[in-house]
Amino acid sequence: MHHPRFMAVLACVAGIFLAMANAQKQGKAGPEPVMSSVPGQLSTVHLVSPVPNGEWRLPAGDYANTRYSPLDQITQENVKNLKVIGTLSTGIPHGHEGQPLIVNGTLYVVTPFPNNLIALDLTKPGFPMKWKYEPRPDPRSQGIACCDVVNRGASYADGKIVYATLDNHVIAVDANTGKELWRTLVGDINVGETTTGAPLVVKNVVISGNSGGELGVRGKVIALDLNSGKELWRAYSTGPDNEVLIGPDFKPFYDKDKGKDLGVSSFPPEGWKIGGGTVWGWISYDPETNLIFYGTGNPGVWNPDQRPGDNKWGITIFARDPQTGHAKWAYQIVPHDAWDYDEIMENVPIDMEWHGQMRKLLVHPGRTGFVFVLDRETGELLSAEKFQPVNWAKGYDLKTGLPDVDPAKVTHTGVIARQVCPSSTGAKEFVPSAFSPRTGLLYIPAHNTCMDHESTEANYIAGTPWLGSSTTMYKGPGGYQGELLAWDIANAKPVWGIKEPDFPVYSGVLATGSDLVFYGTMDGWFRAVDAKKGTVLWQYKLGSGIVGDPITFKGPDGRQYIAIYAGIGGWMGAAALPDISLDDPYAALGITGAMKKIKQVTGPGDLLYVFGL
Amino acid sequence: MYSVYRFLVLPALLLVVCTVTSAQVLRVCADSNNLPYSNDRGEGFENKLAELVAHDLGRQLEYVWWPASPLQSRKLFRSGACDVMIEAPTHYELAETTRPYYRSSYVFVTRKDRHLSLHSLHDPFLRVARIGLHGVGDGEFTPPAQELASQGIVRNVSVYTIFGNLSRKNPPAELIDAVARGDIDVAIAWGPLGGYFGKQSAIPLEVSIICPEKDDPTRPLTFDMAMAVKRGNENLRQELESELTRRQSQIREVLESYSVPMLEPGSKPRSCP
Repeated sequence: MHHPRFMAVLACVAGIFLAMANAQKQGKAGPEPVMSSVPGQLSTVHLVSPVPNGEWRLPAGDYANTRYSPLDQITQENVKNLKVIGTLSTGIPHGHEGQPLIVNGTLYVVTPFPNNLIALDLTKPGFPMKWKYEPRPDPRSQGIACCDVVNRGASYADGKIVYATLDNHVIAVDANTGKELWRTLVGDINVGETTTGAPLVVKNVVISGNSGGELGVRGKVIALDLNSGKELWRAYSTGPDNEVLIGPDFKPFYDKDKGKDLGVSSFPPEGWKIGGGTVWGWISYDPETNLIFYGTGNPGVWNPDQRPGDNKWGITIFARDPQTGHAKWAYQIVPHDAWDYDEIMENVPIDMEWHGQMRKLLVHPGRTGFVFVLDRETGELLSAEKFQPVNWAKGYDLKTGLPDVDPAKVTHTGVIARQVCPSSTGAKEFVPSAFSPRTGLLYIPAHNTCMDHESTEANYIAGTPWLGSSTTMYKGPGGYQGELLAWDIANAKPVWGIKEPDFPVYSGVLATGSDLVFYGTMDGWFRAVDAKKGTVLWQYKLGSGIVGDPITFKGPDGRQYIAIYAGIGGWMGAAALPDISLDDPYAALGITGAMKKIKQVTGPGDLLYVFGL
Repeated sequence: MYSVYRFLVLPALLLVVCTVTSAQVLRVCADSNNLPYSNDRGEGFENKLAELVAHDLGRQLEYVWWPASPLQSRKLFRSGACDVMIEAPTHYELAETTRPYYRSSYVFVTRKDRHLSLHSLHDPFLRVARIGLHGVGDGEFTPPAQELASQGIVRNVSVYTIFGNLSRKNPPAELIDAVARGDIDVAIAWGPLGGYFGKQSAIPLEVSIICPEKDDPTRPLTFDMAMAVKRGNENLRQELESELTRRQSQIREVLESYSVPMLEPGSKPRSCP
């Protein structure tokens, strides 16, 4: 009984429990269960960043934005048995974009404005609330935000939940107690700036970008110290090199992106100060090259005729060092944007066989309607292929990195440009794709809308009357408006698609270890699909349209669950909210024409659903 | 009996009170910090006109303050949160407008000590001048910006957002301050803004109406301004129409006291100096 070896084991076990209890007390979860390679992974694919195996600590689960989970208890056979295990009503009937986090037996929800953070206890039946943190952002920020009062989620690191509020505070909250640890103001609503994106935490650095391109905001990314909230660096999207953090390490691949202070000289004088290029989408990180990647929004603020030049660095992919912020390379996808094609979509670093040899790729399914594949070490464009009807450009020249633009589809004030595809909402919105290392496919939530751009009747903002040049949007060619598309990255072609007749696909996508793909529709169907064939295996109608991103996790009971928000809203989804009139074709920046039926099929919602077997 | 009586009377009373209240209130949408138009201290000409109209209509004036974004203000007006906008261009797409009660024009604002005497958008000086004007938002243009762009005058044009920095007083007036400071040679501004701050400036400024007074539908530089009500509110619109007729000269005096550069509503373009 008193065997010394047994005692040692006992002490050791007790020690582990003590350490765990201690960690719990400090609000710090243990190391995250992750996998660096997954069962059934293609030999031609290498995962750049480990994928979560049970929890969900980052907006996309992993640093690489694959939104892939190896969990496989929910299979193609038993998925039909999925049922609702838990729900939460946040009480805020606005667009529920983004996704919850799962850490240490707790589920965290960030709501739309007023951006409450809610912690649910997954160890108890019905997932009761542990606590709610209320940051009370400035209510004026609601009037500044362009497209509903959304938030795209949080990151977890070192015992802290870190997220941003609409009025531009980045906040760290103790994950265990719900107490605010620090908050830092990173933007100014007085100049039209808001924050809607999810910050990414890389080591001790919190990286957050701004929103507000419609109002002439100067785009930027700010990095804060995880422990103190103190600013470490900021990198603007326009202006002189020293403010864009372009220095001696900056080596863009293409000549068009080389030169001094292009962020100033590619605008009319002072134009860069209201030059746009906001960063409201997803940030990814590659531990191998130690680079973060993100895309910038459209250049601001006035008509394209009024800002001759390339307007750098609007609509650009940046690769930066997360510790210093210094740019390693940049690739401007569209010089001199005339269509409002924000390219803030996710950039997915993947190592993959490309034309017979393993390459370090960066895959960017773009608003412009092309899937861009770049060499993420150099910024060289390896491929740009259309994934939806596109006519603003015929294609891309891989030697120059430039699009072959159709001049008839360029919008000018006073000139009507008709049948421009895709519309400003793009062939894909910010809603993120998923990548499965088992299939080599990228699952893209796609749109098929086109637009007419023309001058309209007199308009007025206190201070000035002007002629509204307005955009109307409608269904693109092919008789559908949205599609979940499986895209073969290596061969740059579609494999299968599930088309939506009346609405774009406006939810994120999740891929799992049992070759299931989960996504939602704007009319509220939440679906599980065969990742290889595109067959719908299960669907369930939620209480409101889906504009959030599904995630999966292993509960404290060892079972696999799927979580998703139901709450229509956001730019296109705002058409379902009561204060947008569908009779006004120019309301909500022109999208109501494309969203005619939305009010008949869904209404505002504020729900979290957790599904299980 | 008592409890039933109470249940019946209270809602009835409330109904009476509510009906009377809403009939007596005139809800006006206005900007809380934007002279010469309006502010929350009642100092703008829209405030004065709102007071006049509310008084004559026997209604109590209530303001609904615009939020900063044009998208939000469209939403607010459509939602029916307010009864009246004191000014909107005639044929404003979002609303039903009255007949115009004044007409103004875009103007040049320059420093008097520069003696630039600008009148035309074809003045050769504009090719080399540092020009400032207001930009509106995503893809939007003010007509003078459009006119200059069509002449290829863009590289020397600085755009100030019409929203400005909301933490300062009268944010759009930054454009006029920039002229006074000498950051730019000439501002091209909407008349009431240029006229009012041109007069207020400590450094003497010249305000001149752009010539010719163009009124073509694609690129007008002059606008007829009217009051606006929500579509379908014909009764109120007609009440406002008669009010505008009755108070024509008084309204003109108010506008003149704010140095609003005025043309005759519906007038033909005058010849240029």
